[in-house]
Amino acid sequence: MTEIAATAVLAPDVTTDERAARSHLARRFLTNPLGIAALSVLVLIVLAAIFAPLLTSYDPNTVSVLHILQGPGAGHLLGTDGAGRDVWARLLYGARYTLAGALLATVVAAVLGITSGLVAGYYGKWFESSASWVTTLLMALPGIVVLLAARAVLGPSLWTVMIIFGVLLIPAFYRLVYAAVSGVRNELFVDAARVSGVSDRRIIARHILTVVRAPIILQASIVFGIAIAVQVGLDFLGFGDQAIPTWGNMLNDGFTNLYRDPQLVVWPALAVVITGVALTLFANALRDELEQSARPRRRRRATTVTPAEVAAATVTPAEVTPATVTAADPVRPESGTIVHEEPSSTAQAPLLLHIEDLAVGYPQADGSVTRVVDNVSLDVRRGEVHGLIGESGSGKTQTAWSVLRLLPAGGEILEGSICLDGEDLSTVSSAQMRDIRGGRIAYIPQEPMSNLDPSFTIGSQLTEPMRVKLGVSKTEAKARALKLLGQVGIPSPERTFASYPHELSGGMAQRALIAGAVSCEPDLVIADEPTTALDVTIQAEILDLLRELQRELGVTILIVTHNFGVVADLCDRVSVMQKGRIVETGPARAIFADPRHPYTRTLFDAILDESQARGPYAESRSA
Amino acid sequence: MLTFTVRRLLYGVLLLFVIVTLAYLLLYAAAGNVARTILGPTATQATVALKNKQLGLNTPLISRYFSWLGHALTGNFGSSWFTNQAVTTAILTRLQVTLTLVFGAVIVSAVVAAVLGVWAALRGGWVDRLIQLFSVLGFAIPGFIIAVFLVRFFALGTHWFKPTGYIPLTTSFSGWVGTVTLPVIALSIGLVAGVAQQVRSSVIEALRQDWVRTLRSRGVSERSVLFKHVLRNAGGPALSVLALSFVGLLGGAVIIEEVFGIPGLGQVAVLATSEGDVPLVMGLVVAIGVIVILVNLLIDLLQGFLNPKARIS
Repeated sequence: MTEIAATAVLAPDVTTDERAARSHLARRFLTNPLGIAALSVLVLIVLAAIFAPLLTSYDPNTVSVLHILQGPGAGHLLGTDGAGRDVWARLLYGARYTLAGALLATVVAAVLGITSGLVAGYYGKWFESSASWVTTLLMALPGIVVLLAARAVLGPSLWTVMIIFGVLLIPAFYRLVYAAVSGVRNELFVDAARVSGVSDRRIIARHILTVVRAPIILQASIVFGIAIAVQVGLDFLGFGDQAIPTWGNMLNDGFTNLYRDPQLVVWPALAVVITGVALTLFANALRDELEQSARPRRRRRATTVTPAEVAAATVTPAEVTPATVTAADPVRPESGTIVHEEPSSTAQAPLLLHIEDLAVGYPQADGSVTRVVDNVSLDVRRGEVHGLIGESGSGKTQTAWSVLRLLPAGGEILEGSICLDGEDLSTVSSAQMRDIRGGRIAYIPQEPMSNLDPSFTIGSQLTEPMRVKLGVSKTEAKARALKLLGQVGIPSPERTFASYPHELSGGMAQRALIAGAVSCEPDLVIADEPTTALDVTIQAEILDLLRELQRELGVTILIVTHNFGVVADLCDRVSVMQKGRIVETGPARAIFADPRHPYTRTLFDAILDESQARGPYAESRSA
Repeated sequence: MLTFTVRRLLYGVLLLFVIVTLAYLLLYAAAGNVARTILGPTATQATVALKNKQLGLNTPLISRYFSWLGHALTGNFGSSWFTNQAVTTAILTRLQVTLTLVFGAVIVSAVVAAVLGVWAALRGGWVDRLIQLFSVLGFAIPGFIIAVFLVRFFALGTHWFKPTGYIPLTTSFSGWVGTVTLPVIALSIGLVAGVAQQVRSSVIEALRQDWVRTLRSRGVSERSVLFKHVLRNAGGPALSVLALSFVGLLGGAVIIEEVFGIPGLGQVAVLATSEGDVPLVMGLVVAIGVIVILVNLLIDLLQGFLNPKARIS
């Protein structure tokens, strides 16, 4: 595996890979109907500009005093303007100048922006800092005002104005290329190419330009649209070269004659709008396809499991059971779960959570439903710590989220019941569920940093639920929060109370989240792998804290984990989950002493490996 | 926080200094024989020399620049070559008109874009598609074309609004609203389109965050999750888009003012640049530079308020 990865890094077959990706993108773009339509319109406009002489017999600049402001009709397709010039001819020839001007600005911006972005991003140093300074400067300049000033001193030339505007637009390309290149500069495959002696120029051309090529096309189409708008705007103000037909000059003439012939502004405006919309739709379609190809379809397919596949998967435990389990084992016939008997000596606490035949699924676009949890039954007794263990993808977190009724978008409880103290949570209204959440069921998440709102202080996030749930005043909520923060082992509660999440370490953030979970005196706390994202030393501390809280507050904990170490440390009872089903359940002691399902044994082996390595030494000592 | 503000302000002043210096040297170097332009081709050589002396153009460029800079620091930007009106007066009287339009557009856009963006993100379906379509059109159609059509429609059709001209707020409130509404609409549409898109995607993004689930797990109401937490987090990126568009908005105002016949900075800009009235153009460069720098500072401070992580750096 590592070998394959290493060869992939050392010999990045970028050319074939990239060529495949490019043709892939191009081919996919061709299946996007909106993109195709936009592109066709653009091609049509360009063709009309190129073949203008074939499409009209009039000269766009021939003034005719006798034919001023004639309506559309016989002689002139779209009529004539304020100087008696043919509107259709001016529209066609105008496209030439307008598009060529915008193209000039785009090319200037692209060439200068891409070059400087490559140099700044790849080599960095002084060029990088001065380039970023110039970029900030250019972006602080209002384009129109600069162009007006330039026109005042340089005269009305379409080409000069567009070159200057191109310079003003450099940041659009510079920032894009710079960000992409400095991101890729230290990628492994670039390092590898550098180490193997590939020249800088080849690295830039082969490994870096390929990364930004598609975004550059996207940016160019946006910049092209902006350049058209600005150029038309300037000409419309009357600042352009009046000797050439442009859409802006036509708008200017139309606006002057607005009261005499209101149609005249319509044609050039329509031309600008159609071109602009086509460019934007083209860019949007390209962006959509880019975003899709960045997310490989493979991954999506992996999560789309057909019901048949799930059915096949769920057969496994039933098949395994007879061969490996003795006939004496009680097996729930409907689900194939191995149940260890409770030790008869212990008094049975009342049931707090009773899940029966739960199925959770995600309906797919094609009408099928992907089942991620199937036929799960689970009992959690008041005051116990119950471990729900299984590898990732086994459905344990989905089960936990169903209890909170907080499944990700699209997920739903398909079958079964989830009873908390006899009340079926799968049927209560969402308003009732909101009352239950926080108040009776609380949740401790896996990844502490992403589970705190970065924009609010820890204190505000702690007190908000308390004020709603317990109806306490602001000062009372604060006092309670400070006490809780102390209780979960935070050394300076006052300071943490006023801190923002990014100012805390992962361990501290997890403590704050635990404080939040127990703040409204819940009966049941669902902890979703509460230690997985933490450092090893902190993991032990958090487990200690959970055990302490459980003892002090008497809460019931359902802890989701993939680690039997956590179970051994904390749990009274365990349920083992595999492929959306519970395969074995019972007191932690009983399962540790006698794991019967092969999957449970596999999970054990995962933690016992280490101690077995020391086996011989212990043996020789005892001998 | 204070050091952050001061540092940003100093950076802005430095940027302004560079822009102003470049503009001064380039404009005067390229201005050619100004006295001849003002006096016309029939003026004698002697009168032209006298005019040049009056305008202070007979001294070297560098020394003129420093004397201009010295006066500028005291608020004196000289006077127009053509009307002899003081540049400061000419600009200040028009500045408030332009600022009314631009800030009106910013406020209207921010509110409308937030509503549309959140609506599109939450409802999805046809609401989302309709707002997306509006965004494409708003982005693709230049503001002044919308302005031309607003004028065309209200000048030739209904007469709810005065299509052109400007009535100050101090003269008549209803008159002011009547003249300001159309230009603000024309300026806002592009901005609304851009910002609404950003709000939509940041709200969708924020709703996917883990902390939303955790807040819900605590029984926090959906209203608080959405309007207190999600919107606050989605506000930052939307504000950035608004900030980036601001410079463009000032440029757009130049054309829009021309369409609606509004006596703002745009009109000064058009007039001054077409005549080559360099002192007035320099005054404009300074005024617009100051506005851009102050607005960027304001946005930075707002960002710090919205995003605690941005406060330290």
